[in-house]
This record gives sequence, C-alpha cells and structure tokens, in this order.
Amino acid sequence: MEIPSLTIPRIREGLLAREFSARELAQEALRFAEAENPKTGGYLHFCPERALAAAARVDQQIARGEQPGPLAGVPVAVKDVILTKGVRTTCGSRLLAHYVPPYDSTAVERLEAAGGVILGKTNCDEFAMGSSNENSAFGPVRNPLDPERVPGGSSGGSAAAVAQGTAVVALGSDTGGSIRQPASFCGIVGVTPTYGRVSRYGLTAFASSLDHIGPFGRNVRDAAILLAVIAGRDPLDATSAAAPVPDYTAALNGHVKGLKLGLPREYLKDLTSESGDLIRKGVQAFQKLGCEVREISLPATDYAIGCYYIICTAEASSNLARYDGVRYTTRSHGDTLIDMYRNTRGEGFGAECKRRIMLGTYVLSAGYYHAYYLKAQKVRALVARDFSRAFADVDAVIAPVSPFPAFKLGEKVNDPLQMYLSDIYTITGSLAGVPCMSVPCGKTSAGLPVGLQILCNHFQEARIFRLAAAFEKEFA
Amino acid sequence: MRISEQEVRYVAGLANLRLTEEEVRKFQADLDDILGHIEKLNEVDTSGVEAMAQVLYAAGETATLRHDREVPPLGGEAALANAPERGAGYFKVPKVIER
Repeated sequence: MEIPSLTIPRIREGLLAREFSARELAQEALRFAEAENPKTGGYLHFCPERALAAAARVDQQIARGEQPGPLAGVPVAVKDVILTKGVRTTCGSRLLAHYVPPYDSTAVERLEAAGGVILGKTNCDEFAMGSSNENSAFGPVRNPLDPERVPGGSSGGSAAAVAQGTAVVALGSDTGGSIRQPASFCGIVGVTPTYGRVSRYGLTAFASSLDHIGPFGRNVRDAAILLAVIAGRDPLDATSAAAPVPDYTAALNGHVKGLKLGLPREYLKDLTSESGDLIRKGVQAFQKLGCEVREISLPATDYAIGCYYIICTAEASSNLARYDGVRYTTRSHGDTLIDMYRNTRGEGFGAECKRRIMLGTYVLSAGYYHAYYLKAQKVRALVARDFSRAFADVDAVIAPVSPFPAFKLGEKVNDPLQMYLSDIYTITGSLAGVPCMSVPCGKTSAGLPVGLQILCNHFQEARIFRLAAAFEKEFA
Repeated sequence: MRISEQEVRYVAGLANLRLTEEEVRKFQADLDDILGHIEKLNEVDTSGVEAMAQVLYAAGETATLRHDREVPPLGGEAALANAPERGAGYFKVPKVIER
C-alpha cells in the first residue's frame, strides 16, 4: 500500500476486493502520518482511537455485504477550527489549547457517516486569521515541497498533510482565501464552495458572512467526492442552502468545449511574475480544450481588500468576544470580572487576532459605523455586482490565486498590510459568495507550485469540477 | 495620523483586551497603516447602492426555519465540561455584586 499516492477510488477498489481492510489501512496511514508529520508539522494531534473505530464500522459494513459510503476507509485530516466531539480542537490558539468540544460539526458527522476515517486535527493560523500559517500558537507549518517556505494559510496544516500524503483528503475553512491559497502553495486542489453550500455548524466562527468549509484533495475527483458528502442543507445552520447537491463526479467528463471563460483585466495587468506566466499558459490550455476566452472587467477589485478587512475584522471582533475566560477552558486571574476578561484575552490571543479584534472594534465603534462598516457593505455589493455581470457573459472566471508562490518563513510576518494585500485574488470571490477552486497550474523555475483559480456563479460547483478535471488532464 | 495611541487604548478597553505599552505602540502603527489603505473606499461612489447585509437572497422567507421538533439538548454536564471554574451546575466568575 503506497499511502502517499492513494486516491479515494483506489481505496474503494482495494476494500471491495478485500485487498486490505479499513482497519489495516487506518493503522498504516496513522503509522505513516505520525512518522512523516515532523517534516511539516501539518497535524497538531492525532486521534487514533476515533480513526480505528471509524475504520471498524466500515469493515463491519463490508463484512455484512452492505455497500459502504463514498468515503469508506478514506484517511481524512480536519482543520483544527472544525469541532470534533471528544477530540481536542484548539483553533491554533493558546486560549483553546485544552478545549474538547461536546459535539461534532455537521461536516465531520457527514464525512464519518460516509465512511471517512479522521486521522487527526491540522494546524492553522489562530482562529483562521492569516495567510502563512505563522500565526498559530503551536508553531508554523512547513511547506512539504520546501521546508524553508510556508504552506500558505490559514488552512496550512490541511494543505500540507494532503500534499505530503499524510492524508488523502482534508477539510479546511476559507474566509478570504484560506483554502485556495494554501492549495496553490502546496500544489493540490482546494475548493471554496458557494456560501451556504456546506453547513458551518461546528465551524468556529471567524467572519460569519464569509466563512466556508471546503475540501482539499490531490486531484479534482477526490475533492469532488468529499464536497458531495459534506454539502447540503443542515437544519442546524440557518445559512445553509436548500439547493439540491448534484453528483459532482458525473461532471468530471471532460466536456468543456464551447464554454466561455472570462479573464479579469484588473487581475492580470500587474501580474508580471512567473506566477502570471503560468496562469497565462493555463489559459492557453483552456483554449486548446475548446474554451472561448475573453477579457472581462471587475472594476471594484481595487477596493476589495479594504472592504474585506473592514467586514471580516468587524465580524471577528464580535465572534471572538465569547473567549472571555468564562466558558472555554482558559482563564487568567483578575480581581474583578472585567479584569479577568481583559487579562484572559490579553494573554490568550496572539498578535494577529488582537490586531483584527482592534481593527474590528474600531470600525464598529460609535461614530465610525457609517464611515467603515456600512460603506464596506455597499462596496461589497459592488464587488458582488461585478461577478453577477460577468456571469451574464461568461460561464466561468479564470484568475490567479496568489501574486506569488510560497514565500519563506518569516519573510512577510512583520508587515501585516503587505500580507493582507496578497489576498487580493481570493478575497473578491469570497465577498461575492461564489464558488471557487485552486487547481495546480505547473511550477515555477524554482520548483514551487502555482494554482489557477476557477470561479463560477452561485451553486455551479459542478461546472468548476468539469473545467478543473479537463484542465488537470490536459496539464498532467 | 489616523489613530492615536490614546484611541488605541480606548478601543482596547471596548474590546476587553489588556495590551502592553509595546503592543499599544505597535498596533497604533499597524492600524494607522491599514486604515490608510482602507481610506481608498472613500473614492467609491456608493450613492444608491444597497448595503449587502446578506450573501444569498434566493432562499424563500421560511427556508431557514427548521421543523419544530423536540431534540435532546446538549445537557448541563457537557456544556460545563470546558468551564475553567464551575460550581453548583453553573459557570463561576469573580464576584460581581457585593452584598
């Protein structure tokens, strides 16, 4: 069993042919992951008991002659902002270092019901705030392709685990690019579904109007299978959408001829780097596949970063108010209630969380609401309008994911504004709530992977998978 | 300068964050930088634009309501399991009211 190159279909084939049992696979995958993990630090902790119990359920199903679920026996990594009952969930924060959730997130429940085997929880930027995974209280994650470099963030651990082969697929969360950017930096597939497509019940809230759960995979098919399992209406998340979930794997048929693709002129005009060259090559590959490419304009792009960092910090300042030393494990001493709150939060949160709580509190504070939050919500409407206009003309938008490939650890950590500005290509799709994917688009001369982003209109994930599958085949 | 150290201290109070003097200086500079970038939004004419307070509008008004059926609650023991301090079935905090 070659653990790092396993795919979901290969696992299914092996299980049904009785080549190996789910238990054997889980044991082998855990052994491999625990041995390889120190190279990247992708996992924060493992949950072997839970993994073996899940594997045993799959083996029993097969022994009874039942058809096992679509993720039967598949080793999965779960970002540590997604709650797992009885398994520590730290959110990359010192504040939650010992937090053990009393319930499962819906995504976790669904993937286990489908036979998935969760090996452990992955490192991430504290409360998913960051673009490099350097904001974790438990240390950075290293890029499996170059240990001097970051894996991207905030879902850096999940991306590293999948790229390294210590998980077959993984769950991440994306608020402004936290799935797509690490997928791009690690050379794998990462999907941010339509806002509301996947229930966020049990996802630790960062910015509720922007938070998504989505899959990572080493190939398009694996990511499609995982998304189909976790997508769909959930009565426990009022924002989850009732729209039916199509069979995403049926879309992986290679027919993309005649599809109209839009290339936003605002995205590529300044992108003179090697990443830009690779994206242009990717666009040519789509043309070769028979897609029609035309230039489009997303004029509100210049204002997206400012808009995003008002909305996400405002919402974060409110969501993170709950970490006050009363309910969630960590408390610092204070003689009065207020002192206890302030000391707990001052000592518990890392620098980036504090910076965002401060900015969010400032923009919501008396006298500033109209100038900042309300203004940002209006600009957000313009960003969303850009996309709805674009999708009236084209079937998909093709874009870069990041202005540059994986950078070195420590390289950008001291300039928060520069770090924020690098989120430009992922933030626009997040603000509009449209589904987007990062799919590998070759490597730079230094051997660093670059991701190409495909965006479609709301609930058109199937079309993204169709385009990505054709692209993957053409490029591989 | 868009934000002063005094304002940083005031905002930290609103956010219930104890900051060191070094953090106050650092955040003053960082927030000033970021607010400088954010000022760009003033260039955008948003007159007549409705604020985007919801991401998806397609769902009908009752689509978000779940069936009114009883389900077992989490239970007090599970809810309190992560409490830093608890007693008599409650979360304990430093004394708020003198008697």
